Amino acid sequence: MKKVYVKQELMALNGDEAVAFAVKQADVDVVAAYPITPQTIIVEKYSEYVANGEVQTEFVCTESEHSAMAACIASSATGARTFTASASAGLALMHEMLFVASGSRTPIVMAVANRALSSPLNINGDQSDSMAERDSGWIQIYVENAQETYDTILQAFRIAEQCEVLLPVIVGLDGFIVSHTLENVDVLSDDAVKNFVGERILPDVLTHEGKKVPFKLDPDNPMTMGPIALPNYYFEFKRQQEEAMKNALTVIQQVHDEYAKLSGRGYGNALIEPYKLDDAEVAVVCVGSASGTAKTVVDELRAEGVKAGLLRLRTFRPFPAADVQKALENVKAVAVLDKSISFGGNGGAVFLEVRHALYDAKSRPLMVNYIYGLGGRDTGPKDFKKVFSDLHIIAHNKRADKLVNYVGLRE
Amino acid sequence: MSSKEKTWREIAPGGVCSKSSIGFLTGDWKTYMPVRDLEKCTKCLMCVLYCPDGAIRWRPELGKIEFDFNFCKGCGICAHECPTKAITMKLPETMEDE
Repeated sequence: MKKVYVKQELMALNGDEAVAFAVKQADVDVVAAYPITPQTIIVEKYSEYVANGEVQTEFVCTESEHSAMAACIASSATGARTFTASASAGLALMHEMLFVASGSRTPIVMAVANRALSSPLNINGDQSDSMAERDSGWIQIYVENAQETYDTILQAFRIAEQCEVLLPVIVGLDGFIVSHTLENVDVLSDDAVKNFVGERILPDVLTHEGKKVPFKLDPDNPMTMGPIALPNYYFEFKRQQEEAMKNALTVIQQVHDEYAKLSGRGYGNALIEPYKLDDAEVAVVCVGSASGTAKTVVDELRAEGVKAGLLRLRTFRPFPAADVQKALENVKAVAVLDKSISFGGNGGAVFLEVRHALYDAKSRPLMVNYIYGLGGRDTGPKDFKKVFSDLHIIAHNKRADKLVNYVGLRE
Repeated sequence: MSSKEKTWREIAPGGVCSKSSIGFLTGDWKTYMPVRDLEKCTKCLMCVLYCPDGAIRWRPELGKIEFDFNFCKGCGICAHECPTKAITMKLPETMEDE
């Protein structure tokens, strides 16, 4: 039986344009942003919509990313649906305010066109910027292509604004590879998006006057958000945020499934996307666009009779440890790919979390880490084939000699 | 920390204040509390002069000093300066019988 989905239109969009278009359809009240490569197109395109009168959004041009995030927090605290975008040094400049946003429980959505950090200066793509913000209390979802970028931005507003979540969301798209590559993107109608995203929901909170009012800054129902919490309360507020992250694991899946029913497009179970992993003996784990290349390589290897598989980690925060464990525990050898480096760490950020998730598994695969693609270093099918052939040897020898390895680096 | 403080499940999200600023007393910051020994007190009022928060008052109608615990931060300067050691600093949880 053929399923019937809502009517969609095919557009030619790059990842950044897909973000801008999704934000336009999501009926966002405020956008406060500062342009930075490779996120620039998002801000450019959105300011065009504003100039043309296509949206009613209040567009705030700030003098820095720190100010952009400050404006977003203030706007979101009044109950306004708020969006921003950044990358690299811009995201790093926001660092302080990212914690204020999550601590204030402001459901801001931010697109991060992942780019390397200085020094030396590099404008190309890697995931050092948002990986460095993994403990800032933001949900982090990484996408593979422009289509998923569009779909995920729409889902992000719903996820962020759910009362049991109420956390800001970063949608990470690989700089240039996704942000600047023109693709066919199926888009929903404005009405379909409006129905799906809906109005922002505000939970009731108890104010200092003992009144139950919607959680927003409102002169008629005054409340003070986060001026100070001393040692007797700060810890409790942080524990609340951790609970919200746990709730997000369920909400991300619910929103994703609802969207999949509407559009016909889904990405694994929203947290992880396994690819030919059921009977896999060797597998690669990666985050972001590299999975596109990896899928091609898995197909080629499968055709040669190699039991290769792939696990794409779509949601990195909250980390879906149980799902990762279940997906990988029967694989013989696993390579985890990191597009960022944790200097002095015993492997990259993704590797440490994935390996940790397997610690309590019934059977543990042999696991190695590969750092790849730093500063935009291209990682192609050949590189993935090399990783899989290494895994074949590791699985055969039942032993991994080197824990941390580098893809495409001149030794 | 007293047991009347709320748990993380009970408080509002986002650090929303449960009281107005009038309800937040600097006296809540203290760990140690000053305890007076009226037999040792010579009413020299050095403690009144030294208290950085003006939280010790001479009450002529009662003929003794009195602490204002809404503002006393428990710094212990009064106990340190008292010439007759008539003030001692104690943890509230050890003061049940006093």
